[in-house]
Amino acid sequence: MRWWLVRIATVAGVLAALVMVSQFAERGIRAYELQVILLCGVYVTLAVSLNLINGITGQFSIGHAGFYGIGAYVGAAWTVLWQPRLVQSVPALKLGTLTGDVLTLAVALVLGALAAALAGVVVGLPSLRLRGDYLAIVTLGFGEVIRVVLLNMEAVGGARGLSGIPTLVSDHELAVFWVGLLAVLVIAVSRNLMQSVRGLTWLAVREDEVAADAMGVNTTQVKVTAFVIGAAFAGAAGVAFAHYNTGISPDLFGMETSIIITTMVVLGGTGSVTGSAIAGVLLTALPEYLRFLADYRMVIFSTLLVVMMLTRPQGIFGHREVGWGTFGQIAGLLRRLLRRRGEASA
Amino acid sequence: MSALLRMEGVTKRFGGLAAVSGLDLHIDSGELAGLIGPNGAGKTTVFNLLTGVYVPTEGAITFDGRLINGLKPCRIAARGIARTFQNIRLFRELTALDNVKVAAHLRSRAGLAAAIFRTPGLLANDRALDQAARALLARLNLEHAAASRAGDLPYGLQRRLEIARALATEPRLLLLDEPAAGMNPQEKAELMHLIRAIRQDFHLTVLLIEHDMRVVMGICERIYVLDYGEIIAEGTPEQIRRDPRVIAAYLGDEAVHC
Repeated sequence: MRWWLVRIATVAGVLAALVMVSQFAERGIRAYELQVILLCGVYVTLAVSLNLINGITGQFSIGHAGFYGIGAYVGAAWTVLWQPRLVQSVPALKLGTLTGDVLTLAVALVLGALAAALAGVVVGLPSLRLRGDYLAIVTLGFGEVIRVVLLNMEAVGGARGLSGIPTLVSDHELAVFWVGLLAVLVIAVSRNLMQSVRGLTWLAVREDEVAADAMGVNTTQVKVTAFVIGAAFAGAAGVAFAHYNTGISPDLFGMETSIIITTMVVLGGTGSVTGSAIAGVLLTALPEYLRFLADYRMVIFSTLLVVMMLTRPQGIFGHREVGWGTFGQIAGLLRRLLRRRGEASA
Repeated sequence: MSALLRMEGVTKRFGGLAAVSGLDLHIDSGELAGLIGPNGAGKTTVFNLLTGVYVPTEGAITFDGRLINGLKPCRIAARGIARTFQNIRLFRELTALDNVKVAAHLRSRAGLAAAIFRTPGLLANDRALDQAARALLARLNLEHAAASRAGDLPYGLQRRLEIARALATEPRLLLLDEPAAGMNPQEKAELMHLIRAIRQDFHLTVLLIEHDMRVVMGICERIYVLDYGEIIAEGTPEQIRRDPRVIAAYLGDEAVHC
């Protein structure tokens, strides 16, 4: 009973906070800043969802943009191509009304996530046989296949991409809400998983697959589940992106994007949920404010990856998580420093 | 006759090479048996066949009256066979406690959805696993190492932690692959004591591979000798010690004729 109360209060609190933040964001922030914040939210979702596959389960995947793209395209195809046909028989879906917009977007999110999850199964299956570099090549190939297929699919605009996606969410001050909800959800799922013993079995697969199997961990199930959950969140992130950006094209979901997401996970610390989230924000916001270096972006990212691998392969945060305790530690450190200075001056 | 484990005519070929061929072996319930043989005789292959890492090319493996060849390792672990590894395979980045908890999870019912929503059932389940794991570490005198990274532990403790982890799956048959490798005489004596004690406490059947003859002869009740993938002798330590085929396998043919 108490458990339910706590859960309901938490969910209600998070939703209320998100609504408040999105109201504020829509009114109090310039359009450009809002774009950056939304993009941060999308990339946090992407990085944390890839962390489930790469960092926690140890299946090195560098085709995450493929799932992102599948979600974006399926979600956008629903809103642009299928929804208008359905709306004649289901009046509740009528755009322009709050319920219609929310319902349409919710369906888009579910469809995008499901389609990406299905792709996650397909990509997860080779991970049962392939490891390390070989799996990385397969996932890289998968990402490129998705991009090329989208490029040649006339039904969704081919190289021109799909544009004119109705701005369902931003009209109703909901863009930040949906994007924020996704980021919060993927972080909550990862965190809860990592605090359970079941989450430990995922780490065990990363540490030593043979030993994990011998200790009764169903490694097949773990790996495919990681791919499915990770892909579903990436797909949902794609849907959210498509609906606030109002236009998508295949080149947004290419290898470059995959590499950026992978860099975030590696930089944040493989396995660290908070590390991936923080790196997601940093690597999205910094390039925006360092526009004059835009031409060298890929060079900088690649160099960063190499330097990280050489000097700190475990990432900035390693396997640690940033939590309230971290603030306590920082406060303690400051207090000690201050006291020492006080003693020195006295 | 209560054979817990039975291998009948088991052969494993890698390409043209038969790593083990026509193996017949049985371990009775509650027994402490040994598997010895010169390097490359196929001992670890036998363990890998028993735990599902390899699927036999021919033959049948039955555990507790049921056929287990072809089952995946995790299913075999669920049936009640646990093992340690010759070259220690701990989850190095996890703490000693978490290593044991991963194995203990096999006997818990909490699902993925319960973990994601942190249901009261899951929290109770995880608490129970934590307590069980701590109790097991304490039983093996490892409680002081609970919070250490497994990879940072000294060698002897890592070996013991592997045993603790295997025990956490609540096995009926425990397979130990060279548990005394790299230990000094004192540690070996402690290990022998430990193996006897856990067999008693956990009602185990034990099969161990070991090179150290003092350990094997000291604790095993029955010994199988493997050479070139075939069983060449079987018997009590006393019989094995005198068996000319065993002496020939270990010391070469000339030794017998001298």
